[in-house]
Amino acid sequence: MINRSGSIFSGHTFLLLLTAGCGLLILAVLGFMVFLGRPLFTADFFNLFMSSVWAPDQHLFGILPFVCGTLAIVILSLLIAFPLSLGNAVLINLLLPQLPAKFLYRIVKLMTGIPTVIYGFVGISLLVPFLREWSASGSGMSLLSAALLLALLISPTMILVFVESFTAIPQPHLNAVAALGGNVRHKLIYTLLPGAKNGIMTGLLLAAGRALGDTMIALMVAGNATAMPESLFASVRTLTAHIALVMAADFDSTEFRTIFICGIILYLGTLILTLTLRVFNRNGSKADLERGLS
Amino acid sequence: MNRIYDFTLSLFAGVCGLLLIASVAVMLGFLVGQGGSVLGLKLIFGSTDFREIIDIILLRQVVINALWPALIGTFLLVFTALITALPLGLGVGVYLAEYAGKPAKVFFSLIFDLLAGVPSIVIGLFGFSVTIYLHSHFSDLMPCLLISGMSLALLVLPYLVRTTQSALEELPSALRVTSFALGAEKSSIILLVLLPQALPGIFSGIVLAIGRAAEDTAVIMLTGVVASAGIPRSIFDNYEALPFYIYHTASQFSNQHELQQGIGAALVLLIICTLLFTGAGLLRKKATHHFLYHSK
Repeated sequence: MINRSGSIFSGHTFLLLLTAGCGLLILAVLGFMVFLGRPLFTADFFNLFMSSVWAPDQHLFGILPFVCGTLAIVILSLLIAFPLSLGNAVLINLLLPQLPAKFLYRIVKLMTGIPTVIYGFVGISLLVPFLREWSASGSGMSLLSAALLLALLISPTMILVFVESFTAIPQPHLNAVAALGGNVRHKLIYTLLPGAKNGIMTGLLLAAGRALGDTMIALMVAGNATAMPESLFASVRTLTAHIALVMAADFDSTEFRTIFICGIILYLGTLILTLTLRVFNRNGSKADLERGLS
Repeated sequence: MNRIYDFTLSLFAGVCGLLLIASVAVMLGFLVGQGGSVLGLKLIFGSTDFREIIDIILLRQVVINALWPALIGTFLLVFTALITALPLGLGVGVYLAEYAGKPAKVFFSLIFDLLAGVPSIVIGLFGFSVTIYLHSHFSDLMPCLLISGMSLALLVLPYLVRTTQSALEELPSALRVTSFALGAEKSSIILLVLLPQALPGIFSGIVLAIGRAAEDTAVIMLTGVVASAGIPRSIFDNYEALPFYIYHTASQFSNQHELQQGIGAALVLLIICTLLFTGAGLLRKKATHHFLYHSK
């Protein structure tokens, strides 16, 4: 390799190959799951795997309950976390004086560093027994307990993105509202929310991604029953937890191979979220946004 | 009527803030209240005798019922992940910041964003199935420390790429122009001028990656972590790790003592991760300050 400047080794080519290699590896994650799951992709695929009964001993391999479990947990946790995050962002940007606002912001940042397994651990020790008492039925390991903990896990991400997009709104706009006699509520409704539309969508999508991909919380506190989720207090299993749980099965069995379908669904779900995120956020990178670094 | 709206808004936001702070306080309070008392040498080494501790550190004595093997396992894991991911992350980051054209940049940042979002259990599944595939067709490789480390490397790669890239892109353009005007080649400008200046930013990425690799449980669950393996003898061995120890204790504990050990482990992991993430934030702040004011 001799390039124009005459040096024997072209840094550009080397780095391009390195980058392309890493890119290929990322696509290979999907490719390999499709490759290993290929015996399942037959004409009967939808009948066999998109049914609602999971009973491997009767040759029923429906993973639909886990798809629904995942969706239910993601949606419920977003429903809890979105207002919570919006409230905190408003508190930080508009309502609190500088010092307490900074304090709250610090706490939120600190929360992004708490390992998920710790949320799970505290959840199983405190929240699950509490919900068991409160609902007076079941084990307390349920859709609700997982969604509550997940909401706590994804809120910091959302709050950081909301705060950032609120801060990006030019101060003169807020001053103009104040000059017209507007108060906090008017600032929020007429300047912050419309101006931060993309930021709010970004926060929601990032949080949805984290909730979709989380394994430990669902595995530890959702109960992992294989039935369709029927109520808030029902024990549910997510796709991620299913992958973790079926690992013990025989590697060549159909039961084991269903986890590749779960993996493919999760991968494609992430792809869709990532592409949608691009529409609302052209500059920021996910890795930055999640940790509030941008 | 307006007053009621205003009051409702403030009340709502206040309740949200209180809920968040209360949840964190309850979590920390529980961990510190239940586990604070076990925090100490006994938790880590299972003994407070210094001669025994030195024997344990020198691998002359086996530890039972203590965190030492899990701590060492996590350390080795992070180390393996980092030496795998660092050269890749730096290379890709430099390429994206300095060489790539607009379309390549857009495409690859999308790809790395995708990787940043792929659930860690899927990455673990990838590592596991590649291992099993190789095992049945070529070698007798089994899930082990090396496989976990390499899977974790894939997990932290996007963080390293992104921080390297933005650390380089945030450098003042005068730096680039001046070096170029002095007749330096592009590769020497990158190696001798830009990368050294971008070091604080890159370091914040490394610290972030360490924290991410240390906390992750899903990847290692599928790729070779076990509940009691002791210190691994080689990178092809099974190993223990702190987050898995916590998970295992939470689901399997049989008495109060084991539960306390688990809470202690959670507290240790929390302290490690908090320090790492705070460190990453400080480094990043320092980097920004450095570029803004050119102060040493």
